[in-house]
Amino acid sequence: MSPQRLARRSATNTFAVVVVLLSIFPVYWMVLTALRPTTDIQSEHPTLLPRGLTLEHFSTALAADGFWSFWRNSAIVAVGSVLVALVVAALAAFAAARLRWTGRRAFLLIVFAAQMAPWEALLIPMYVIARDAGALDQLGTLLVIYVAITLPFTVLTLRGFLQAIPVELEEAARVDGCSQLTAFRKIVFPLLAPGLLATSLFGFITAWNEFAFANTLIIKDQSQRTLPVWLSSFSNTFGTDWGATMAAATLFMVPVLIIFSVLQNRVTGGLTAGAVKG
Amino acid sequence: MAITTDLVVPVETTVPTRPRRSRTRRLMPYLLVAPAMLVLVVLLGLPILQNLVMSLQHFGLRELVRGGAVFVGLENYTTLLSDGTFWEVVLRTLVFTAANVVLVMVLSTAVALLLTHLRRAMRVAVMSSLVVVWAMPIIAATTVWQWLFQSRFGIVNALLVGIGLDQFDNYSWLANGSATFGLIVALIVWQSVPFAALTLYAGLTTVPDEIFEAARMDGAAGIRLFRTITFPVLRPMFGLITSLEVIWVFKAFTQIWAISEGGPNDATTTLPVYAYKVAQALHRYDLSGAISVLTVVMLTVLLLVYFRQTLRQEAD
Repeated sequence: MSPQRLARRSATNTFAVVVVLLSIFPVYWMVLTALRPTTDIQSEHPTLLPRGLTLEHFSTALAADGFWSFWRNSAIVAVGSVLVALVVAALAAFAAARLRWTGRRAFLLIVFAAQMAPWEALLIPMYVIARDAGALDQLGTLLVIYVAITLPFTVLTLRGFLQAIPVELEEAARVDGCSQLTAFRKIVFPLLAPGLLATSLFGFITAWNEFAFANTLIIKDQSQRTLPVWLSSFSNTFGTDWGATMAAATLFMVPVLIIFSVLQNRVTGGLTAGAVKG
Repeated sequence: MAITTDLVVPVETTVPTRPRRSRTRRLMPYLLVAPAMLVLVVLLGLPILQNLVMSLQHFGLRELVRGGAVFVGLENYTTLLSDGTFWEVVLRTLVFTAANVVLVMVLSTAVALLLTHLRRAMRVAVMSSLVVVWAMPIIAATTVWQWLFQSRFGIVNALLVGIGLDQFDNYSWLANGSATFGLIVALIVWQSVPFAALTLYAGLTTVPDEIFEAARMDGAAGIRLFRTITFPVLRPMFGLITSLEVIWVFKAFTQIWAISEGGPNDATTTLPVYAYKVAQALHRYDLSGAISVLTVVMLTVLLLVYFRQTLRQEAD
């Protein structure tokens, strides 16, 4: 290698290292703070590397008042909204991808527009409506809102996945005597599974992370709160105990990180590749 | 393939001979989309309508509790448009959006180009760290940010003092307006770069190497290569990502609310935060509605101007 190329290579590698450090450092610092003893956290001269490790902050976070009920609330709204959105979206996506009907374009246009919807601008009107309907302080209200937020994306992606599955597969099944619905259930559905998995995991993440509506619509009944709202008011729970706060943030992030790694490994698609040639 | 279609056609044509089944078949698509439409009408259409109606009424705490709001026409809009504070918030929102979007686009382009120049191991390392950042929940990130910039034990102050900037000893970031503003911009840029960089990199990998090689043979390199080849090829993708980022930043609420609630002294109050505060603190649900409507109008105008510009450039 010429000295010039060598210099350029080491410059790009240095830039790459800087990018990695800037990306990872906040995450590293969160985990490190969660794992190091309080004396190392409350130090005027913090060290970048751990000197001793402890699980004490995780047990503080797990034992915090209400942690498990907030965790359960978050899991209920996230899983519940994903399941409802999936069923509702699958029906609509099937109609949009496979059937010919007047109003199909209009429907797709509405879904596209809904995906762009500025949900943050609807916090207050939603609060007023929920208040009038007596639906404040209820997990069910959050659940249906998360269904609405994730629905447009779910419909559009499922429609995309459906269109990628050749109609010929279905038609072949119908030639063999299946009805359209049976053909869908037996042939298309199994092929759709990766698409269903991907969209439902993204829906789960959206609902799991949602803060603004949870913070606006659950006001008086603290037992109905979800994890993001609880975590955002960490100083009420942990005061200045940054170790426990970072442990709680880490625990909050873990499910999402697991989902991202699952998505990377399993939903690389291509299941239908080779099913139809030519 | 020809064989299968030939076989299917007769199957389809036998169906209309049975009228009852044909009617359910005709109604089927509408039945299938009905639940989705119901969800969108009730949970999206209704709040939008409620917001519009409220913005044309006098709607305060009394009306919230007892009902009976009266129609006042465009009064809330004229109140806002003649209010200096509103225009300050508009200006701040535009500066906030511009700062974030420019930084995100420049940095993510640099990172995407970097990825194309890296060997495999290094590329995997950079991409994995981007994915970890992408996976971090917003509220986890805001919490960590507060800890990083904590005045007494925060690592940022310790590092700044370490390189000789003694004025950052016990510096309180959240007490100073522009410091808080900068801190939130840094957070949003940090959270947004992974998506933009990975998408741009995916776009770059679809450009055939021959194009770059041909350009290099013609002597193009560095900035000229980027300006004449890379950017034009990726222009549609740049356009898409820029408009997505504009939308996300313009209506960003969670990061700002969780870190500063728009403070100190409204230094980080952008339009969505302003709409929220006007309703929650002042109980002026009517003004809040009008702010939301104007926010959406401004965002739409901004994007339309942008799209017209892009279309004109495409036409040239």
